[in-house]
Amino acid sequence: MKWDTCDPKAAYVLHLADDALILGQRLSEWCGHGPILEQDIALTNISLDLIGLARQYYQYAAEIMGDGCTENDLAYFRDSRAFKNHLLVEQPNGHWGDTLARQFYFDTFHFFQLEALSNSTDERLGQIARKAIKECAYHAQYSAEWIIRLGDGTEESQAKVKASLAHFERFAGEFFVPSDVDTQAAEKGWGPAVDALRPAWLEKVNSILTLAKVPSFNESTVARTGGKAGIHSEHHGYILAEMQSLARAYPDASW
Amino acid sequence: MVSEEALWKALEGVMDPEVPVLSVVDLGVIRRVAQEDTVIHVDLAPTYTGCPAMDVIQKRVEEGLAEFGPVVVHTVLDPPWTTDWMSEAGRAKLEAYGIAPPVGKASDKRSLWAVQPTVHCPRCKSQNTELISLFGSTACKSLYQCRDCQEPFDYFKCL
Ligand SMILES: [Zn+2]
Repeated sequence: MKWDTCDPKAAYVLHLADDALILGQRLSEWCGHGPILEQDIALTNISLDLIGLARQYYQYAAEIMGDGCTENDLAYFRDSRAFKNHLLVEQPNGHWGDTLARQFYFDTFHFFQLEALSNSTDERLGQIARKAIKECAYHAQYSAEWIIRLGDGTEESQAKVKASLAHFERFAGEFFVPSDVDTQAAEKGWGPAVDALRPAWLEKVNSILTLAKVPSFNESTVARTGGKAGIHSEHHGYILAEMQSLARAYPDASW
Repeated sequence: MVSEEALWKALEGVMDPEVPVLSVVDLGVIRRVAQEDTVIHVDLAPTYTGCPAMDVIQKRVEEGLAEFGPVVVHTVLDPPWTTDWMSEAGRAKLEAYGIAPPVGKASDKRSLWAVQPTVHCPRCKSQNTELISLFGSTACKSLYQCRDCQEPFDYFKCL
């Protein structure tokens, strides 16, 4: 497969990049559709941060892979199976509560992941993470505040966000199930052992859910996995189709 | 050979495209500028990872120094840019322009997560303000409203 890689470090960096790109792309779908202008702008700002972060990772992965590979090759010319993002980030936006529930689970994970990556044995990953965590702290604060506002809001908003939170539990579980790439990264000290991030994540998530007056995270929910191995839901192909079609139809297009 | 002082002086005339009262020096994004042989090297720290203005800033820096020789801009991520590097003059200019400057120091990242600073209104100076949205017209700003004069305003948030 073109631009797939057997290099364990490149594979790990691509996994990090794919999460940021796919979620950034998902959030950009809200552009022009937010419920009010301020929230439209907020989500597109978060989208921009994530796409900027994806670029940092892809540039690094392209350097490791060599052979003339560029960030654009990795974003636009890989097929679904080559993408190693979590299943959660490719899930459709749904309604506002769905988008924020997905974002809340991810931002909280992302914060602890970046905190660990800040101490990576890989200098470049450390640099990228120390920059990104400051932005992520704002994302996490934003999504947590929305969960509280919706949960501790009207009867309707609470019912909706409760259902959204419950729906995404199965996907959030994948964060903490290590893939071969995760395991290798943890052994080399490039990134954290993902199962070790679970307690801090759970504590933070539940503290917010308590403030939101909704049930705690149900730990017995079985995790859906596969994203990190490139086995995606059907939604993934549609995201790539929209995101990649122009670059593939006009491979040398430039602004 | 151009003195570093002359290069810094020239950079003071290079303005941020989104906050046109701030120079790149006020903003604190220039970490180093020096001439080596004939080439002028500039270390530039991006404000936000995805900030679309960074390409324009880089171009303006190159143009602003072009008279002294060929310019090479290096993007430096580490240590990451922080609003603590914004100059006192820059903070005063921001406020005069109607944007509340960052409050306090960008301290521990965990404390960023949940603590709202008290931001005073850049127009009437009232402390009686409220956060409307964490994300404003650009990633670096939040939107506030003054409860006294009722005016909405941007706050350049701590990072
Ligand atoms: Zn006022």
